[in-house]
Amino acid sequence: MTTLETSIKAPIAAPARQRTPSTKKPPKNIGVNLIGVIIAAVVAFPLYWMVLSALKPKTALDAGDSTPWTLTPSLDSFARVLSVNNFGQYFMNSLIVALSVVVLSTALAFLAAVALTRYTFKMRTKLLIIILVAQMVPIEALTIPLFFLFKGFGDAIPAIGLNHLGSLILVHMGFSIPFAIWMLRGFVAAVPIELEEAAKLDGASSFRFVRSVLFPLVAPGVVACSVFSFISTWNDFLFAKTFIISAQENSTMPMALLTFFKPDQNDWGAIMAGSVIMTIPVLIFFIAVQRKLVSGLAGAVKG
Amino acid sequence: MSTQFPVTAAPSLQDEKPTAPLMRKKRVSGASRVEHWLYLAPALIVLIALLGYPLYQLINMSLYDYRQAQVSGSAPLVFTGLENYRILMGDPEFWTVLRDTVIFASACVVLTLLVGGALAVFASRLRPWVRTVLFAVSLGAWATPAVTGSAVWLFLFDSTQGLINKVLIGVGLSGFNDFSWTYEKWTAFGLVASEVVWCSFPFVMVTLYAGIQAVPTETIEAARLDGASLPRIFYSIMLPMLRPIVIIITIQSIIWNFKVFSQIYVMTNGGGIAGQNMVLNVYSYQQAFAASLYGLGSAIGVIMTLILLVVTLVYLRLLKRNGEVL
Repeated sequence: MTTLETSIKAPIAAPARQRTPSTKKPPKNIGVNLIGVIIAAVVAFPLYWMVLSALKPKTALDAGDSTPWTLTPSLDSFARVLSVNNFGQYFMNSLIVALSVVVLSTALAFLAAVALTRYTFKMRTKLLIIILVAQMVPIEALTIPLFFLFKGFGDAIPAIGLNHLGSLILVHMGFSIPFAIWMLRGFVAAVPIELEEAAKLDGASSFRFVRSVLFPLVAPGVVACSVFSFISTWNDFLFAKTFIISAQENSTMPMALLTFFKPDQNDWGAIMAGSVIMTIPVLIFFIAVQRKLVSGLAGAVKG
Repeated sequence: MSTQFPVTAAPSLQDEKPTAPLMRKKRVSGASRVEHWLYLAPALIVLIALLGYPLYQLINMSLYDYRQAQVSGSAPLVFTGLENYRILMGDPEFWTVLRDTVIFASACVVLTLLVGGALAVFASRLRPWVRTVLFAVSLGAWATPAVTGSAVWLFLFDSTQGLINKVLIGVGLSGFNDFSWTYEKWTAFGLVASEVVWCSFPFVMVTLYAGIQAVPTETIEAARLDGASLPRIFYSIMLPMLRPIVIIITIQSIIWNFKVFSQIYVMTNGGGIAGQNMVLNVYSYQQAFAASLYGLGSAIGVIMTLILLVVTLVYLRLLKRNGEVL
């Protein structure tokens, strides 16, 4: 089990290190590698087509031009998206919600993970199972009661009620925390107990130890877990659709993108440009932490 | 910004703090007795308020005749027991949706595992730079938001401007002139499934690849020297050793694919022509928010939750049998 764990933590995109000298020398078979390149191209194609179509002039798209390149790239579609539908505002809304969720849910999940790994108490295993099960709850099914719950919140405190970004932040915190706890648990558990004892001997309080020693040590895990929260919040379509009913100015990007869908006369250039704007932040985050990803997943399921 | 606020505002609704059971515990020194509950409390309060309570309410609402009139208060709220479930059981549409959900989700799971598994094995035979490229683009597909992924695939398969139809016509299949992929029920499901597989196989591939790398090389070398073929090595050696990982990714895939919402909603415009592309998720949503049948929608939600709960329990059992410790 330990060998599995250590090697699973190796960076996935650079597996050619001399970790296991005797192993898997890549065969110099050109055919196999050619197929590999073709598969990679097929997988990448939808994304390429998205960027390409966003850059094609509207006239070319409308005329049904489907050449796989363009000699006259234009930013018209981006301009159309940003001006016509207030996309900038939606982008900011999405960003505010996602970043708030990342900070708040990661902080709470980290503290909970500390409690669940570094302390032994009666309910520990029960809680862990509950948290695992909580991950499986189909959030879509909870939309109906949550709608009424936030309607009630709104009557008391408008900022966290329907039509406000607060409702989206809260609801995504609820859904991000279980997975974040599960994931951070592995990272927290990996910090040797001796460190804690040493800190205690030096007179550090428990919270001091958690904040100044433990937190920096599990930072990689925190980053990976943040990315998950960020992406799931950023991509959310269901709650943005359900909770933001009338306040258009508080809508988020997925909803804005949908406003470009019109029966039989889709402005594909604008839709693709909007998609590019929405995909880029996620792509950047993903690439930035992809090395931590597998170890994070492994930590989430093992630990 | 006025939209940001301290989230601790929510806990005030929840005054029960789970500190009580621990007080009974002896042999614990004073300070550390409550310490872990202090660390746990914020997360638990959020989870109770935003997962536990809504789950309870979901079950509760499914037992009432809860429609627009009851929401606005113009009609009294009547407890109807299992009436909503009885309505569903007698509704052929519900059974169609349930069947379609199972077919759609199973197809997605099988295809995701096949594509991801095959590519994970294939990747170990590639040169490092080819493999890096393959993994990088797969991560791109994985990271693509469901809504934008759906938009791109919809565009590729658009009846008039889509590339796929143009290519098919180009190779002489004139039947694809103005062919609409979303008009027929199963072509629409197929289109959605393709997008789902495209963005979910990378998870399987990356996880399995890491697992394969962890299989001791000596074992594989020995098998190879004994003349075992690559598929044979995969089935007889790697698969048994990868069992824990395979279980995890299978269950995760089942759970994810059972819950697909955005893709169906965006690509079939809310469940397809006359609701032909509904899955349980979308069905529940439409019953509640389009037809204002909140009680009935909740009942569908409960059924869905129960199905996923069974899957989860199987998952826990399998994990336990593998000797995982919690």
